[in-house]
Amino acid sequence: MDDVFVAGVAETPLGEVRDHTELSMIAVAAKEALAEAGMSLRDVDGIFVHRMGEEGSVQVGEYLGLQPRYADSSDLGGASFEAFVHHALVAVATGRCEVALIAYASRQRSKRSRTRARQEAEDTIRSQFESPYGLPFPIGSYALVAARHMHQFGTTAEQLAAVAVTAREWAARNPKAWRRDPLSVDDVLASDMVSDPLHRLDCCLVTDGGGALVVTNGARARDAAKPAVRVIGVGESHMHWHISQMSDLTETPGRASGAAAFSMAGIVPGDVDVLEPYDAFTITPILALEDLGFCEKGEGGAFVEEGRLRPDGSLPALTSGGGLSYNHPGAFGLLLLVEAVRQLRGEAGDRQVPGARIAVAHGFGGLLSVASTVVLASE
Amino acid sequence: MSDDRFGDALTAPFWEAARERRLVVQACTACGAAQFYPRPFCLACESDAVEWSEASGLAQVYSMTTVRIPIGAGFEPPYVVALVELDEGPRLVTNLVGDCSIGDRVRVAWRDRDPDPPLPVFEPIPKEG
Repeated sequence: MDDVFVAGVAETPLGEVRDHTELSMIAVAAKEALAEAGMSLRDVDGIFVHRMGEEGSVQVGEYLGLQPRYADSSDLGGASFEAFVHHALVAVATGRCEVALIAYASRQRSKRSRTRARQEAEDTIRSQFESPYGLPFPIGSYALVAARHMHQFGTTAEQLAAVAVTAREWAARNPKAWRRDPLSVDDVLASDMVSDPLHRLDCCLVTDGGGALVVTNGARARDAAKPAVRVIGVGESHMHWHISQMSDLTETPGRASGAAAFSMAGIVPGDVDVLEPYDAFTITPILALEDLGFCEKGEGGAFVEEGRLRPDGSLPALTSGGGLSYNHPGAFGLLLLVEAVRQLRGEAGDRQVPGARIAVAHGFGGLLSVASTVVLASE
Repeated sequence: MSDDRFGDALTAPFWEAARERRLVVQACTACGAAQFYPRPFCLACESDAVEWSEASGLAQVYSMTTVRIPIGAGFEPPYVVALVELDEGPRLVTNLVGDCSIGDRVRVAWRDRDPDPPLPVFEPIPKEG
């Protein structure tokens, strides 16, 4: 199979965005990402967008004046984008399209569109068997996962808090991060309890944001204005929609997506220079570390507490500041890829991981329902 | 099916049993597996021979969380939401009433919500002697 590359990346405007619509945010980011790839909109023949409204790729396509020959509006939650890299790799490698644009934007902070209860149609399984018990969406399910992990493996509240503290330490080095002030374990533990054992500061941000990514073949990637990054491994999987159907609350579909991606890339965890794990809640990266094989099951909390993910640690991770401190526009997976590419190009400024050659972006969607993994390598 | 049916085409029997304060799950007469929520066949062996079967009502707390934020009308925090594992196998989201920890044995109780069918919740089993 021919090699496939990420040839351009861009963030949309981030934070609280008042002077754009979601579609105009996508347009601005798409143009910037395509410029990095040495391309323009008319080069795009594949569109991959998530949750941009009904028939999302159609709406985005019209807005950008594009008529693609490959289109994908899949909804795999926050994991959609690493899965899109998988889908785009297959499409590009088989010649079904040459230039794939992956994009997303949300103004959920400005629009105050997040709710704690999930709006459900009548007579769904969730409306009959889960909603009547008042499990807040989505944090209640993550709280059940964290509580089980603590019970089964002795993971502590301090270890969960260490994830948020690590993310903040990285965010202090990222001028685009939403929260950059110092944060301690005590600060996290002193913040309001939302759903035991998760405090307010165990939860990701709610911000406006998004991004764009250009995936293309080797011939087209040679025109890129910036160094292209090779996609060497991809994997995706999903397993449950309701938390009651998750067979083991401490084991995610990331085990399958990670194994597929690492196997395709021919790497082992020790080869990874920088890790970008989705951090919707502090428990999430702990599960990713375990399921991707960076540590044994149950040891993720200690792994973080030992400082391994920190700027001087053995596995720099959450380097943008993550969903916990940098930006979380509802679906964070695309920004994981943007950061991974910038690290491999050596353009991450004060947060640059020296000599990073292999990066992993690991997305989650739903209630740890979906996972998707991308392994990227600098040329 | 009458208009006063509660639930959907597959779950209506669960709610009819709930009106009689009986907790039922689907059981496969071919392979013996229990499953919940209901499907038109057994997910374990794909046999169509699934029947509603009364559960013991006994379970173990698999995980739990105390919700401390208001999420909407009808919910007064704090309250406890749990996943319990029925002795028959399937797990349910539920509320725990009374002091419980993960791993504790619990039994079904019923919360009235007329005119809708009562809702299964779980309570601690008093420890022997």
